[in-house]
Parts: sequence; C-alpha cells; structure tokens
Amino acid sequence: MNQYETVFILTPVLSEEQTKEAVKRYEDFIAKNGGKMVHQEKWGMRKFAYPIQKKSSGFYHLFEYTNDGQLIAELEVLMKRDERIMRFLTVKLDKHAVIYNEKKRKKKKEAAKAKSKEKAQA
Amino acid sequence: MAQGNSDIRYLTPITVDTKKKKYCRFKKMRIKYIDYKDANFLLRFVNEQGKLLPRRITGTSTKYQKKVAQAVKRARHLALMPYVADLLK
Repeated sequence: MNQYETVFILTPVLSEEQTKEAVKRYEDFIAKNGGKMVHQEKWGMRKFAYPIQKKSSGFYHLFEYTNDGQLIAELEVLMKRDERIMRFLTVKLDKHAVIYNEKKRKKKKEAAKAKSKEKAQA
Repeated sequence: MAQGNSDIRYLTPITVDTKKKKYCRFKKMRIKYIDYKDANFLLRFVNEQGKLLPRRITGTSTKYQKKVAQAVKRARHLALMPYVADLLK
C-alpha cells in the first residue's frame, strides 16, 4: 500500500454546489476503487501565478489516500476527460512526506484548538 | 606632502572579507521532505525571474537541490509559482 496525494483545480465558473458535486464524484470514485481517504483539504478559490485557460483563479482541492496504485491511472484518465478540471497533480508520498503531512496536520489542529480556546476565554 | 601610500592609516582595521562557509539548510535543519505546496518557502530558491538558483549560490547539497527542483516544478504546474515572472519578491 502506498500513500498518494492528488491536488486538482476546478474551474471557477462552477457554482458552489457544482464544485461540491465534482469533489464528491472523485471522492466516491476513490472509495469505490479501494482507496482509503486519509485526509482531504479544501483550499478554496485561489489566484493563479499565471493564467490558465484565460482564467486567473480556480478552486483547489486536495485528496490524500492510500491505495496499491491501481486506481491512479483510472483516476487520471477520468480527470483528463473532465472539463471541469483545469489541472491536476498526483504524487506518490514517500515515508518522509507522510510524516511531514501528519506533522503539518497536527500543528494545524493544535492551532485551531488554541484559537477556539482563546475565543472561549474572550 | 610627499608621503608614500604606506602612511595611510585606518581608524579601524579593514576587515578583509572572510567568506562565510555555505551550508545546506536541509541537512542542517534536518528537513527530509520539501513540500511543493509551500510556495512561500520555495521562493527562496528562485531568482526574481522565477528561475531556480544554482547550488553554488544557495549552498544546497546535491541530494536536496534535486528535491527543491522537483518541488518548484510541481508548484509551477499547479500555478502556485510562475514559470516566468519579473520582479517576483
């Protein structure tokens, strides 16, 4: 089992519901093909560093999942054919990357916790 | 009036540039993985045009320079960093 990470960019033309639906579709696809979601992250609308398809921003989303690698090819074909997806990148994570991501998540969680605590005190 | 150059004196001794030894920051800080999603960090390894800086300037070791390059390229693909730019930073 390897751990993979996929980031994809949806067109900004879609409504909020449509983006949710698109994300859901790939989530389901991964689940159906034996991938186990470890983490996912919605980056939301972000400005591009350069225009893509004459657009200056897009909706970013990240999946992190474990799989034996069979599903990747199919997933990428699916994404390539999907007009809603402007860009995608799948990366296999090595052991250092997995540790790094876990640490990052932990930090974020703690930061969020501290923030909520502050709010509660205030 | 007719003094030789040897008479020039300085109040403080001139500091001859002693070169600071460069080091690989990844080895020193024990960073094992370079995240392509962290564009702000990767900005340190490119020049103002968004081109990768050579190892001889940043001091990164070969092993990590390869990873830096890979990470920058991934970031460019996802439009987190520009392929070409001017006055970046």
